[in-house]
Amino acid sequence: MWKQLAAITWMNVQTLPQRLGASSVIVIGIAGVVAVLVSVLAMGAGFHHTLADSGRPDRVIVLRGGSDAELNSNLTREEIDIIGSAPGLAKDALGKAILSSELVTVANVPKIDTGTDANVTLRGVGAKLLEVRPEIKLVSGRMFHPAVRELIAGAGAVKQFSGLEVGSILRLRNADWRVTGIFTSNGDVHESELLADADTVGSAIERTGYSSAIGLLTSAAAFDAFKDSLTTDPRLKVDVQREPDYYAAQSKDLTKTINVVGNTVAIIMAIGAMFGALNSMYSAVAARGREIATLRAIGFGGVPVLLSVMFEALLLSLLGGILGAGLAWLFFNGHTVSTLGGGFAQVVFQLTVTRALIVTGIVWACLIGLLGGFFPALRAARLPVAEALRAA
Amino acid sequence: MKYFPFIWATLWRKKTRTIFTLLSIVIAFLLFGLLESVNYAFAHPSGGVSGADLLITVNKYSITFSLPISDAQEIRAVPGVAEVTWISWFGGYYQENKNFVFAIPIDTDTYFNLHKGDFTVSDAHMRAFRQTRSGALVSSALLEKYGWKVGQKVPLHSTIWTQKDGSLDWTFDIVGTFDVADKSKANQQASTFLFHYEMFDEGRGFGKGKVDWFEERVDDPSKSAAISTAIDALFANSANETKTQPSKDFALAFIKQLGDIGFVLRAILGAVFFTLLFLTGNTMMQSVRERIPELAVLKTLGFSNGKILALVVAEAAVLCALGAAIGLALAYCALPLLKIGLQGVELSPKALLPGIGVAVLLALIVGLPPALRAMRLNIIDALATQR
Repeated sequence: MWKQLAAITWMNVQTLPQRLGASSVIVIGIAGVVAVLVSVLAMGAGFHHTLADSGRPDRVIVLRGGSDAELNSNLTREEIDIIGSAPGLAKDALGKAILSSELVTVANVPKIDTGTDANVTLRGVGAKLLEVRPEIKLVSGRMFHPAVRELIAGAGAVKQFSGLEVGSILRLRNADWRVTGIFTSNGDVHESELLADADTVGSAIERTGYSSAIGLLTSAAAFDAFKDSLTTDPRLKVDVQREPDYYAAQSKDLTKTINVVGNTVAIIMAIGAMFGALNSMYSAVAARGREIATLRAIGFGGVPVLLSVMFEALLLSLLGGILGAGLAWLFFNGHTVSTLGGGFAQVVFQLTVTRALIVTGIVWACLIGLLGGFFPALRAARLPVAEALRAA
Repeated sequence: MKYFPFIWATLWRKKTRTIFTLLSIVIAFLLFGLLESVNYAFAHPSGGVSGADLLITVNKYSITFSLPISDAQEIRAVPGVAEVTWISWFGGYYQENKNFVFAIPIDTDTYFNLHKGDFTVSDAHMRAFRQTRSGALVSSALLEKYGWKVGQKVPLHSTIWTQKDGSLDWTFDIVGTFDVADKSKANQQASTFLFHYEMFDEGRGFGKGKVDWFEERVDDPSKSAAISTAIDALFANSANETKTQPSKDFALAFIKQLGDIGFVLRAILGAVFFTLLFLTGNTMMQSVRERIPELAVLKTLGFSNGKILALVVAEAAVLCALGAAIGLALAYCALPLLKIGLQGVELSPKALLPGIGVAVLLALIVGLPPALRAMRLNIIDALATQR
């Protein structure tokens, strides 16, 4: 049987070029589905990666209890002091806790492509910024000085929003702020932000407290002790989260929406492409009715005939899947876009065509091909030999 | 028209093929209808229940910065401003943070004066609201969603505002419901929960005397731009500079922040139609190829070149029109489903109209090449063709 199968399949494959038009319908139809699926899901994957990469399991974020996001939260200086003395925090050479008290606000900065204002996060940070977040690296200019209105801009923000180059002036609440440097941060969410000294930001926006406290733990395992000490302290009402958990929660809704939209559109398209595949495979079978009947007459079984037609459909759809995923990768991988993230502020991210997405796309392609090939294959296998031989 | 039965018959010459082709056209137009509706909704935000005469004033540098309530006096004095009201962002949810509630503290007199005619509230409910300090008027859709009853106490969690005792949980007495007068805009207000600004301002632990935005109704919408400039001029160079714009523009700017939704949707549609074009075009070509001898017979019988061309194009047109009609009708039926997924967005069947144009274009693109081929057939050669 395998020998028969190989023989018929080889014969079919050899005649493919003669049926270029009909065969390309399958390839192109499926390529379209896979390209759309992979591109849309790449958006979700990119957004998720940007936020997921923002956290380290040995870093904690403390917010006022019930606030959900940094932008809503408020912590007083006294509360920050209590948090700083909790067990589990890493200490610097002088024995001070490695903790950054941060004040998060949002500034209107025009987006380059639309020219309309977008909410860009302005994050006031503490003096221990670089110890808490060693991944932050200046790529041009210099660090901001505390107590003067200076800020550094994330590399992602510079690409998406206008007027953030080194030396530019950003007007914020009746005062001018100078951009003194550009930083990268491993491609995480902070690259969409502007960083400045927390107390300088506080005085500019007339706020005395902070939004959050970000601490570096001695190890990821120290989290429970740290959390328990804060949540059982009667002077505090705070939520303590590991950074990755906080950012995963922030990205959950949008990632889910993108995935639902991508899958829904792709499923509807896939149904359309399946009809196309059915059409071409039916006509392929019809065109070869006599050949198939001849094969059956000289002793080939029905199963090899069925399998060979399915194999042809699978081969074409595989081709389509690879083409579609390739197109998505070629056009959209690394494409930078920005959207409103969970914290009400812009998150700059890159579309990421991951290996998993390519595999997903190709699996979809094969499924469409199998479904589209099955019924025509069945017809081919059941072809009444005598009639088919007699047909024109 | 007398050729219609003929076209119809040739179309169904190979039933399975025509049905599959038709179905893929249906699918393409279903997607077209759905995606265009979403695109239309995002491109035409209605900016609240009121129309073009509603302006909105926010802090110039960020909507997260508040404005002093005292600005209202000065805004009211600007010529052309009929009414001004102030609102804060409460950031509320019910029980769990996925149950977002658009809860806003309002100043009752100015709010309902400004939105005169936008909401329908029974006199009894309105009276109860005015008399109850902790009262709340909720949209009837919201009441139904959470199974609340008028007279019930409902706790809402604010992610921002603490009360004096530090608690983020606020309790309200539901004293009545409202409906949106313009039913086509009801979806936007489905989660609206109105309560008293006075009670809110006294109760909150910080930020007293501040509001997040002002709404103004102007006498003459054509003067909106001048009035906006006049309002912003009042606060220029103050600690809290303002930005005033029609509420529609405000909504549009916010949607633009989500990203270029239009581009994404159009790119998807481009891929859908390219794929479909290829598929349908191929089927048409194939069908004409099979009928070469028949077409030659028609020509021999005296059918002119033009007539042959028209016949083949008409065949494509019938197929596309049928597919487009079914697809768009399905999309229309699916709009209510889409509405559930897209809260606060109005979907308009208007977005389906361009589908007709697309169907015509599609028919021409897939119909013309085989039609031209059929037209140029040489009778002798064609009759001699062996199938």
